[in-house]
Amino acid sequence: MNYEFGLYVFMLAAFLGFELIRRVSPLLHTPLMSLTNAIASISVVGAILISGEDHASTLSRVLGFIAVVSATTNLVSGYLITDRMLKMFKKREPHKK
Amino acid sequence: MSSGIYPWLYLVAAALFILALKWMSAPATARRGVISGEVGMLLAVVGTLLRHEVVNYEWIVIALLIGTAIGIPLAVLMPMTHVPQRTAISQACGALASALIGTAEYYRRFPHGFTMVALSIEILLGFLTFTASLMAFGKLHELLPSRPITYKGQNFVNLGLFALAAGLAVALVINPENTVLFPIFVGLALTFGVLLIIPIGGADMPTVIALLNSYAGLSASAMGFALDNKLLIIAGALDGSSGLILSIIMCRAMNRSFTNVLFGAFGQLQTSAGGGEARPVRSASPEEAASILEDARSVVIIPGYGMAVAQAQHKIRELHDVLTKRGVDVRFAIHPVAGRMPGHMNVLLAEADVPYDKLVEMDDINSELGMTDVALIVGANDIVNPAAKNDPGSPIAGMPILDAYKARTVMIIKRGMSAGFAGIDNELYYMPNTLMLFGDAKSFVSSLVKEIAASVAA
Repeated sequence: MNYEFGLYVFMLAAFLGFELIRRVSPLLHTPLMSLTNAIASISVVGAILISGEDHASTLSRVLGFIAVVSATTNLVSGYLITDRMLKMFKKREPHKK
Repeated sequence: MSSGIYPWLYLVAAALFILALKWMSAPATARRGVISGEVGMLLAVVGTLLRHEVVNYEWIVIALLIGTAIGIPLAVLMPMTHVPQRTAISQACGALASALIGTAEYYRRFPHGFTMVALSIEILLGFLTFTASLMAFGKLHELLPSRPITYKGQNFVNLGLFALAAGLAVALVINPENTVLFPIFVGLALTFGVLLIIPIGGADMPTVIALLNSYAGLSASAMGFALDNKLLIIAGALDGSSGLILSIIMCRAMNRSFTNVLFGAFGQLQTSAGGGEARPVRSASPEEAASILEDARSVVIIPGYGMAVAQAQHKIRELHDVLTKRGVDVRFAIHPVAGRMPGHMNVLLAEADVPYDKLVEMDDINSELGMTDVALIVGANDIVNPAAKNDPGSPIAGMPILDAYKARTVMIIKRGMSAGFAGIDNELYYMPNTLMLFGDAKSFVSSLVKEIAASVAA
């Protein structure tokens, strides 16, 4: 691929990430970390590609299998616990100053 | 772009990840953010399964099911006090996946040039984050001693090992077919991850967890370069910058640099310093403390890691309730590095049903602590130690603190007179307006609640 293009994508996404994260209230830093941790499990895409390929070697299959299991663990637990945490954040007196 | 629907699904998924982070900025929209992230991930997975390169489904489906079966209990059954550990173990899983994919990709086609550069970065970061996160998990879960472990020449060994791993990566980029070097490279990356965490103590965990989060993201991003996949590049870059920003915020909150956190082995020098003369402190019983709290107009509660250890957050919310009912203004002051991960205290108090508008950040509450009647410190130490301001020689000198000492009365719930994590004596204990409340945080707070409730009834 055109690596230059890829590097531009990376740079823009990184700057966008900085701008977005800076705005996150410290109140939500823990759920934020769980969420980004869950998003990092996007590596499941690579894992599926490796293990689903035709004529893959046994090594690829085994590594791919473990990778899908661990990425899915990361994915499922990351999203579920983020949601579980956010459910707890309540504002009880919405009109108090 | 190649044929099929998946490039469009990837594009939408990337947009949803960006929206997820955007909506995460405020509590009101945060849950929408999670849903957006979930839908994005679902589209990415479905899109990948639909790709024509993917032909063998049975193992993938089994693996997805196993992963889900492990992931659900990990999220649902985990007590909130264990959130830092869970994050560490989940990070280890993600990093392992990324490293293994890199390994498989290497043996599949021995790529050259830029792809091999990306692949070695992916593998190096993936494996080191894997072992480092496992070590962090061990320390957080107290399977390993949470005090820093240091030895002579440690930094030299660590840096040397890292240089060696980087050198091997260069050699592999020049000659990818050199399969002898590859396992050594992997071994070095794994070892470096372990050695990196050994000298890091519990109180530095917020920084380190955030930094590892960043590494896991960068590893996924490098995978995107190796597999020519822009969705991976974007998602990894978002994660990488998020982790980096959080660790910078944590470092700033301790007035320390990255290198100092990673190589400084905080708290090691000071362990012998506290054994001097025993100075007198004033202590109070629950009855006395309760009557002072009842008469106060404003109370600021300052929680620390000790509150998490004692699981005292629910009792503290009860205290908040009885005092609020009496018309006392109760708020919580949250130091950025209180606890073991960024935002740890907020999550625990939210779990105990404390409304989040009562949780006030350090910069906002500090100006008001001078007008506060009682500052009640529960399981916190270094983050309220005035030595950070007054003693330039102190190891925590320059660290921003919550100015609890300015309050009219300072109450400190503590098991005994032992020093805090940094091993430094706390001047605050000996101040004339300080009352030490000796006991377990949970049982002490519950007797405070009982006293106050009884006097309301009377």
